[in-house]
Amino acid sequence: MKILVPIKLVPDLVEELTIDASGMALDSTWMRLIINEFDDHAIEQAILLKERGGGQVTILAPDVEGIDEVLFTAAAKGADQLIKLEGDFEGGVNNHALARIFATIVRELRPDLVMTGVQAHDDLDGSIGPLLAGYLDMPYVGYVYGVRVNDGKGIARKEFPGGLIAEMEVTLPAVLGIQAAEQPPRYVAVSKVRQTMKSATVEEREAVGLDLGGGTTISSMFPPEAGERATIIDGSVDEIASRLVEVFKELGVL
Amino acid sequence: MSQDIHVVIEHLRGQVADISYVMLAAARVLSKGTGGEVVAVLLGYNAQELVMSLAADRVLYLNHPTLADFSSDAYRHTLAALISEKEPRAALFGNTSIGADVASTLSANLGLPLVSACRNFHIDDSTLKFTSQICGGKIMAEGELPSPTALVTMVPGGYKPEEGKSSQPPQVTLITVPVPEDQRVILKQYIEPESGDVDITRESILVSIGRGIQNQDNIELAEELAKALGGEVCASRPIVDQGWLPTTRLVGKSGKQVKPRIYLALGISGAPEHVEGMSESETIIAINTDPGAPIFNVAKYGAVVDLFDLVPVFTGKIQEVRST
Repeated sequence: MKILVPIKLVPDLVEELTIDASGMALDSTWMRLIINEFDDHAIEQAILLKERGGGQVTILAPDVEGIDEVLFTAAAKGADQLIKLEGDFEGGVNNHALARIFATIVRELRPDLVMTGVQAHDDLDGSIGPLLAGYLDMPYVGYVYGVRVNDGKGIARKEFPGGLIAEMEVTLPAVLGIQAAEQPPRYVAVSKVRQTMKSATVEEREAVGLDLGGGTTISSMFPPEAGERATIIDGSVDEIASRLVEVFKELGVL
Repeated sequence: MSQDIHVVIEHLRGQVADISYVMLAAARVLSKGTGGEVVAVLLGYNAQELVMSLAADRVLYLNHPTLADFSSDAYRHTLAALISEKEPRAALFGNTSIGADVASTLSANLGLPLVSACRNFHIDDSTLKFTSQICGGKIMAEGELPSPTALVTMVPGGYKPEEGKSSQPPQVTLITVPVPEDQRVILKQYIEPESGDVDITRESILVSIGRGIQNQDNIELAEELAKALGGEVCASRPIVDQGWLPTTRLVGKSGKQVKPRIYLALGISGAPEHVEGMSESETIIAINTDPGAPIFNVAKYGAVVDLFDLVPVFTGKIQEVRST
């Protein structure tokens, strides 16, 4: 079983996001990039499958600031192969372009399963998984929470609203969009990641025929309207707590 | 090339999903700009009664046994044929477990542009504009609706479902498109949500926790508060993914839709996926250390304070009131 996990980095939402001078994009000067959390779940799910049934896990990512650490962390968790795509990605790349580049590697490596995060919070032109499935004409199932492989078929548990789950049988090779792994992404100590840096290697590949077309054009970016904001209760902890008690009384529930 | 706006109706086990009505309302805005019609596209099997409440100018209904339950493969091939033939100005999909599985593959297959996470449309001097909500609800992105046919995935919040409902059943045209015989994605079975736990949709007070609770041991703080208030504890996605609370307690896109009298959100940033499940609550109160958290955009009251400082004091005061 060969599993390929394409991943991407996204702005860390814990940091304050600012819009650049053009007014059309996020200011990347101080922006911290972290792994898309759904991709982190896809890595975990891939490693779980490998632990259960054997196989090889390959992580594939575009080369941006911070990617080496993310790749080595995946290796420390159990990934076997790390591939970094070289190209001009620092200015950002749309998902259509990224999916087309990922597709070239999928065609070459011919994995049985491609698993990636179901979405990313900065997706503006679709998500990597279904775009990849479209370009490769492979079947796709998204919003997946639980995967197994049975008699050469994939069995994916797909989530619908309200907690309903649909068990889908998928012909392999297939692309799955992971909502959550069967267990939370495992923690690896920094010391183990550092050790892995010495033993693991990152393969660098030129992004062949990088064509940046196909994305969604934005004319302006702005924070959500401020008019809808909550009434903010200020003061010391004690004052806030007292005011909240008053609010609950006013609402007739105390 | 037509000026019609297609809406791919989402339905699950005999129920039209609310996002379908939201999309019909959104399509109406666009159709006023294009001069075309709002066309509902219904894929199903013996599902004709679902059209009754749709506020559409007409319905294209594809009736086929393969479409009885959702399969991304069947939807993809069927809709690719339909969109290629009809060439609408836009085709709207839910940014959901159904629509998002299909829209991107169609974009890649048909070479059509795609806009994700669109919240609303407006017409600006006869130009069609979209506004998308990204980065966990922290950023809005506006642009011109791409052509020739724009595929769009829509999030709720921009339009009320009621605006997309009608008491006048629309005109229905039964159409046939080739549905491939060999499906690569097949529904084996539905697995019902767990039951046996409290039903959070019936609670009038909910204390909801998010990432800010930091670890499983701290959940006790929220439980004590909920107990003092006579409510129950629920959570956003990360808490359930960590296994700290069962999925029965999950509020949001993939969990329950709740409408309590009071929804107290502790350490929840307010990502759109969560807000989708609780925005109809009567009163939302948010506690978060980040003054920029989008949760403050939906809350009626808020406090920028560490929940670990506030909750024990607040619980104490509630217990005091209760005991007097």
